[in-house]
Amino acid sequence: MKRNLVIRSLQSLLALLAISVIAFAMSHLTGSPVDAMLPDDAGPEEAARLTKLWGLDRPLYEQYFVFLGNALQGNFGDSIKWQGQTAFGLVLERLPATIQLGGFAIVVSTIIALPVGVLAAVYKDTPFDSAGKLVALLGQAMPNFWLGIVLIWIFAVHLNWLPTSGRGGFSHMVLPAIAMGWFQVAAFMRLTRSAMLEVLDSEYIKLARIKGVPERRVIWVHALKNAAIAPLTYFGVIAGSIFTGSVVIETVFAWPGTGLLAIDAIRGRDFPVIQAVVVTFAGVFIVANLIVDTLYAYLDPRIRYQ
Amino acid sequence: MTDSPSPADRVADDNTGRKPGFWRGLRRLPLIPMFVLVVLLIIPALSADWLAPHDPIRGSIPDRLKPPVFFGGTWEFALGTDRLGRDILSRIMHGAKVSLSISIAGILAGGVLGTALGLIAGYFRGLADAIIMRLVDITMALPSILLALVLAVTVGPSFQTIIVVVTFVLWALYARQVRGEVLSIRERDFVARARVAGASDLRIIVRHILPNAANTIIVLATLQVGSVILLEAGLSFLGVGIPRPTPAWGLMVADGRQLIVSAWWIAFFPGLAITLTVFALNLLGDWMRDRLDPRLKEV
Repeated sequence: MKRNLVIRSLQSLLALLAISVIAFAMSHLTGSPVDAMLPDDAGPEEAARLTKLWGLDRPLYEQYFVFLGNALQGNFGDSIKWQGQTAFGLVLERLPATIQLGGFAIVVSTIIALPVGVLAAVYKDTPFDSAGKLVALLGQAMPNFWLGIVLIWIFAVHLNWLPTSGRGGFSHMVLPAIAMGWFQVAAFMRLTRSAMLEVLDSEYIKLARIKGVPERRVIWVHALKNAAIAPLTYFGVIAGSIFTGSVVIETVFAWPGTGLLAIDAIRGRDFPVIQAVVVTFAGVFIVANLIVDTLYAYLDPRIRYQ
Repeated sequence: MTDSPSPADRVADDNTGRKPGFWRGLRRLPLIPMFVLVVLLIIPALSADWLAPHDPIRGSIPDRLKPPVFFGGTWEFALGTDRLGRDILSRIMHGAKVSLSISIAGILAGGVLGTALGLIAGYFRGLADAIIMRLVDITMALPSILLALVLAVTVGPSFQTIIVVVTFVLWALYARQVRGEVLSIRERDFVARARVAGASDLRIIVRHILPNAANTIIVLATLQVGSVILLEAGLSFLGVGIPRPTPAWGLMVADGRQLIVSAWWIAFFPGLAITLTVFALNLLGDWMRDRLDPRLKEV
């Protein structure tokens, strides 16, 4: 167990290193960053000065290690688009908004998906099950940006129940969370349902029923406890998809988080900010997966890594 | 080809007690999803050039922002027109071409690359296996959309860029599944016999192992078509996918986004086309998996 944890952590570190190489390569793929960062009217001597200052005349591997050293200290340089702010500072400033929306979306989808998934398994092949399946299939088929736009159109414009965009109170979070979470609900529900079906068929559940344990207790305590492990691993995937989803959803709803920051930075070719966002997202994603893997192995002693 | 039945036969035997005939198999086809796919994706993609009632790229300004037929419009523009007077229906039909060609090319590229690497990793084990599987881990740890964005910015959005992105997103899944499959296939008797008979590694892999892993690959490919279409649409929506003015579904939704209050049809219908297509594709993929490779439930 401990050995596995060490191996997994080393793998995660390796993945992070790969990300840093990609992030580093990014600003060098499009030619010299000097061209991207200098104003149009700058002369060649200014370009030469910056090249010297940023160490761009040194060998590539040396530049990479300088980049890596700086990145480890959270230093990705200054933003080009947002004057006077550091790239990493911008990411940190926007991160709470993304986590707030993403966290809310996760909570809502869990609250919906878990009970519906359990009931769909209990009432297998009834209209309830079919309805659940339809909702799940729809969620996996609708593009989230379109769902967001349609939700705005119906609930914000026509019915005027909720605000169209921006960050504010609770009501601002409802539509983006639905647009972001529906896809998760679908996957989460299907996982819960199939895990429950398997568990409900097992011997110990039959024994519990024979012993006269109330059916409600059998389902929600005995069975769910064991069935919940499978959907739990899915949290790692969710954590990742919340971030990737945030890029789209925050654009649609003008939610001032890191996803919107990423898109704005990309449109403004603000490489320091893009690098900071990529490394931060990947870092969070990798750490979340590491935690889930560890938790999974802890909860289910049968898990053994190859 | 081999001396043991393929997984498909085994599953069919479990279910019915006898091998399904061709017609029996056909009768169990999921007809509704297939019908939706043919009508929405395949026919328009193959024949948009002749069937589409209007030019998808050049509109006529006098016809701009016409509503759909049952909302005050006419049959001439059945689904309405956009800001430049382009017929939405014609653009959706041409958009099917983009969706279909990207999903086929992307899945082919990602599938071939991933399958090849999975075969190498599973068959030769050792160092090749270690390196390939670490690459798989790293790829799966990367948030794909972000990389797609970065690539689109550095190289520029184009058809080829999207194929590269899709390939990058897909290959790892194939490599992992195929490797797992190969690990068990290579221990079976017919592989040992082929080796005794003097078959080369390449021959064993291509003639004996690959056909036995084919079901997994086909099922994965079918299950992935829907998500590839969604990925392409998302990238195009963000402006880093298909460049304008090519009619792509995601791009059309982006075009209609600002006008959702006054002209809802511009964004609504292309999105509906995506939803129905992916819905049908997912149903087909599920059906395919249940028939060919039920162990893939987790994917």
